[in-house]
Amino acid sequence: MIQPQSVGIVVPQRARFTEPLPLRSGGCLDAYELVYETYGQLNAARDNAVLVCHALSGSHHVAGTYDGDPATTGWWDNLVGPGKPLDTRKFFVIGVNNLGGCYGSSGPIEINPASGKRWGADFPFVTVEDWVHAQARLMDRLGIERLAAVIGGSLGGMQALSWTLQYPERVRHAAVIASAPKLTAQNIAFNEVARQAILTDPEFHGGHYYEHGVVPARGLKLARMVGHITYLSDDSMAEKFGRSLRHGKAVYSYEVEFEIESYLRYQGDKFAGYFDANTYLLTTKALDYYDPAFEHGGNLPAALARASAEFLVVSFTTDWRFAPARSREIVYALLHNRRRVSYAEIDCAAGHDSFLLDEPQYHAVLGAWFDRIEVHA
Amino acid sequence: MSYRYDYEVIAQWIAPGEKVLDLGCGDGSLLRHLMEVRQVLGYGVENDPDKLLACVKNGVDVLQIDMEKGLAGFEDGFFDHVIMSLSLQAMHNTQGILAEMLRVGREAVVSFPNFGYWRHRQSILNGRMPVSESLPHQWFNTPNVRFFTIADFDALCELNGIAVRERLAFDEGQLITEEPNFLASVAVYRLGRA
Repeated sequence: MIQPQSVGIVVPQRARFTEPLPLRSGGCLDAYELVYETYGQLNAARDNAVLVCHALSGSHHVAGTYDGDPATTGWWDNLVGPGKPLDTRKFFVIGVNNLGGCYGSSGPIEINPASGKRWGADFPFVTVEDWVHAQARLMDRLGIERLAAVIGGSLGGMQALSWTLQYPERVRHAAVIASAPKLTAQNIAFNEVARQAILTDPEFHGGHYYEHGVVPARGLKLARMVGHITYLSDDSMAEKFGRSLRHGKAVYSYEVEFEIESYLRYQGDKFAGYFDANTYLLTTKALDYYDPAFEHGGNLPAALARASAEFLVVSFTTDWRFAPARSREIVYALLHNRRRVSYAEIDCAAGHDSFLLDEPQYHAVLGAWFDRIEVHA
Repeated sequence: MSYRYDYEVIAQWIAPGEKVLDLGCGDGSLLRHLMEVRQVLGYGVENDPDKLLACVKNGVDVLQIDMEKGLAGFEDGFFDHVIMSLSLQAMHNTQGILAEMLRVGREAVVSFPNFGYWRHRQSILNGRMPVSESLPHQWFNTPNVRFFTIADFDALCELNGIAVRERLAFDEGQLITEEPNFLASVAVYRLGRA
């Protein structure tokens, strides 16, 4: 074992596609671009590629830094690197920004070639399946016929699951973490509150706010605040903030008094400063729409019959946004189909956010599972 | 990876290619053995994080489930055999789990330490709780919560309408045919629905 290291300084790459991409919404993207990063080396047999799918606010920038600046560390850097659970000495790891994103792939903030203006609200609805379709084309471009594994947490886990259904012959292993086979009504409800915050912001301008030189920052901030509440557990919030008062006592004001207020406002403001509201809208809708069992009359085991990958499903005890019971639905549906699957329910206090942490048991299980995957030298 | 003599006994009751569930599968050694000698499609159930990790390392598929809560997610009759090797005595819900094993499995295989083993009786007669190869813990740190004999288990099967299809008893790896409740330290049962 070596001491876990960073993949170091990384540089994003860009791939342009001119073959039209039909979308589940009935729309079509005539041409599009995807930004991506890779870590490690693709081996001669091309059988060591692992695709990392990002969640709501993630990106292609999974690991490493830009120009060595620690503030630019990738969002899953604790997982990916030499000596880390997803070891880049063994695997060729790919991160890609999904369509509709705001980190460089074709999306609402990019220029619509047809109009010469930013897409804004005209960017078509994209789904988990559309993302996976586009990711598969990127794999074609990289010369990867079959992935050693696909991994993702939350919405990323939905993409990992979808890979095994859309391209069962192209993925050997899938790690579905802190995810669900579909959102519950409660989950959609949270997304709807977030969307309404954005849609009713006076500066939203029907999604064409770029032309007005403004952004619906208040709406986006509120959306993120609601999201953050659901990503943490009651216990972790109590532990981190409790009822701590900034002034040590009540001062009867609507300014920040409780530390949790400070935290949520800070997170909301920060997010509104860099994320795109249209991307937020599109992405939450992609979450809501995902339901592979829908076309099978709600029968998840029937929907998963197509999968042939070996699975690792992971949930976290305090995650109530994507609760362990939702992961178990996937596990039992895979069992029904006699698929190979392991399931770990990690005892971690951090709620849904746990999947981004380096909790020792969680990373040990991931590391052992990735160790099992056979690749050519 | 550990290996125990009861693995051979259990393996001879398993046909090639069966679907097998091992409850309280530890580090997955038994399943690994059954995968190698019987090519089973095997899943372990283990709620201990360290043991779960050991299973993943051993290439055994394992599900982290608290079986005290039953096996609700598993389908009726899905498995050919549901195994519980030396774990029944550590379960609170004894009758519930036996019923669940025979719900999700065509047959159940259960092994347990025989509290009625003569050395254990001798120990009690001498005024101390037994500590032996099959009951290796002290009374104050044992994971076991149910203490029962072969005769007790037979009576429970009778009471619950569980068919004892086969019963093998052992001491120090040797098959015991005479007076097993007195002379055997471990018993292995093959159970079915009566």
